[in-house]
Amino acid sequence: MSEASKTILDIRNLDISFKTNAGTVHAIRGVNIDLCKGETVAIVGESGSGKSVTMKAAMGLLDSNATVNSGEILYTYTDEKGKEQTVDLLKLPKKVLRQQINGQRIAMVFQDPMTSLDPTMTIGKQIMEGMFLHKNMSKEAAKARAIELLNLVGIPDAEKRFKNYPHQLSGGMRQRVVIAIALSADPDILICDEPTTALDVTIQARILELIMDIQKKMKLSVIYITHDLGVVAKVADYVDVMYAGKIVEVGNVNEIFYEPKHPYTWGLLSAMPDLDTDDDRLYSIPGSPPNLLHEPQGDAFAARNPFALAIDEKAEPPLFQVSRTHFAATWLLHPDAPKIEMPKELEARLERARKEVEKYL
Amino acid sequence: MSEPLLKVENLKQYFPISRSYTVKAVNGVSFNIYPGETYGLVGESGSGKTTIGRSIIRLYNPTGGKVTFNGRDISGKMDNATRDMLRKDMQMIFQDPMASLNPRKKVADIIGEGLDIHKRYASRQDRADQISEMLKKVGLSPEHAARYPHQFSGGQRQRVGIARALIMQPKLVIADECISALDVSIQAQVVNLMKDIQEETGCAYLFIAHDLSMVKYISDRIGVLHLGYLVEAGTKEEIFSNPIHPYTKSLLSAIPHPNPEVEKRRQSIAYDYATSGIDYAKGTEHSVGGAHTVLATDAEFDAWTRPSIQQEKLRGT
Repeated sequence: MSEASKTILDIRNLDISFKTNAGTVHAIRGVNIDLCKGETVAIVGESGSGKSVTMKAAMGLLDSNATVNSGEILYTYTDEKGKEQTVDLLKLPKKVLRQQINGQRIAMVFQDPMTSLDPTMTIGKQIMEGMFLHKNMSKEAAKARAIELLNLVGIPDAEKRFKNYPHQLSGGMRQRVVIAIALSADPDILICDEPTTALDVTIQARILELIMDIQKKMKLSVIYITHDLGVVAKVADYVDVMYAGKIVEVGNVNEIFYEPKHPYTWGLLSAMPDLDTDDDRLYSIPGSPPNLLHEPQGDAFAARNPFALAIDEKAEPPLFQVSRTHFAATWLLHPDAPKIEMPKELEARLERARKEVEKYL
Repeated sequence: MSEPLLKVENLKQYFPISRSYTVKAVNGVSFNIYPGETYGLVGESGSGKTTIGRSIIRLYNPTGGKVTFNGRDISGKMDNATRDMLRKDMQMIFQDPMASLNPRKKVADIIGEGLDIHKRYASRQDRADQISEMLKKVGLSPEHAARYPHQFSGGQRQRVGIARALIMQPKLVIADECISALDVSIQAQVVNLMKDIQEETGCAYLFIAHDLSMVKYISDRIGVLHLGYLVEAGTKEEIFSNPIHPYTKSLLSAIPHPNPEVEKRRQSIAYDYATSGIDYAKGTEHSVGGAHTVLATDAEFDAWTRPSIQQEKLRGT
């Protein structure tokens, strides 16, 4: 499936560090991510794992104390003349990036709809803003398009709502408006940074279904940044699990959820109670994420990993290939490693999950 | 069953906005919490679950109804002894660990504030001992006492919030969305901690959240709130295996499962109060069996319970 479709965003060996008062924080340590046209990639990890920074780099939104040490972000698009172009977003001048890429080709939906809208502007104006800037639309055309977008994202009475201010809308409605703004210039790529964390479950489900629906209609490629595995299961085609500035496991969504290989992924899956969890205690990954001020020796996850091997302290594991699309960075997959299976509780849970699937087939 | 620790009867909480407009946040909610149990309140934002918690602990003055805690009425005017009892025996853990800790105070003083106010220590040494013991109990080290909140991570800060609530040895802790702002793996740590402390001290929790899988995990009994009405209540097994009210069904269907194949095929059930034709104000409490109750009119109750039996049959064939 990935061979047939074209890679649209290709992040290669990205390495970013931040200068702070306490020293240099090596936040991203060699990240590779592929995004193909029309597909959805989810980046999963705890706060501080570097998932947001990776995407901010692609948008040119990095803070001024950040340095890109190496790597490239290749973005392939078809320009106005119908010619295919590939650019390195990290090398583009900021001005070009702002005028031609951000908002127009790559749009972003932020976490908190309360703070990402301008409280002094009507939502209609905010939606039209991008169209004036990027598409040189006339006012009438822009308004018609804005109302069309409001309808698309499922806001009733779009004509009336057009003149509303953000505070007159509920949280779910506001996030819909943010999505409408992101879609206003027909982007190729939509980056959703924790789009539903601030919303409650019923609205979360509706927003996710909405994004999936629009994705199909507009052939968008979507990147989700999230720590909620339930969301990932619902929307993603491919999953990248990130830990301490590295991708530790990557695979398609079924591989990650039904045959996880990395102990960190085991931990994440076990920590989330499903509705059949009856154990006395929830599994929690012991300890806390490493402080990247001090470059970890060997595997960054070793200190929190109950299955750590002696070699984990010394050398960082490379990505071992499990299947054509599935890779994991853990020494457990090395041919010489002792045979270690995932924890029994998780095994039982995955078994239950597979059984549940059969009911739906 | 023993005497309930907290008895909420027909609690009403209105907020007058202007002369002609009043927000009715809580409309006659009743439930009991027994010593040592965990009662979960779930509902979407704006359903009044936080307001209930705040009315019970008297951050608001209830508009109507009766709240009895520890055998004493705490909903009306209280005498000094009752207020002291309430302030000591009921504590709250807040949602946002960033905003609920005073940034200018050291952790020792944040945790010790209750001790200071109620003079619950014999000497300075005793106070310091109590604080460091509490810090150990919530998984922090006594050296952390001299630090400021901003020096902690989110999960650690929430532990400070828990320590502050528990140092008063409360009988009831109101945990208002206390894990919503935390990462998945940190959530598990905090929930485990809360369970351990409950086993050790026997305190009861009123656990307010919108994450249903976590509520199911921690609670003994659950109440489902919508628009200020308690639409369904029961033990967690009753609610999750046999939801009656359409709102509960929609809420349960919205829970994301960490199971991609199922998740991609499943559609959540939509529920819109305005078009559903249900009037909560007309409903009365109907018993489904056991502790399970649902808010409905007689006709609605019949309609909701009958098709579920038919569905059972369909599933059987």
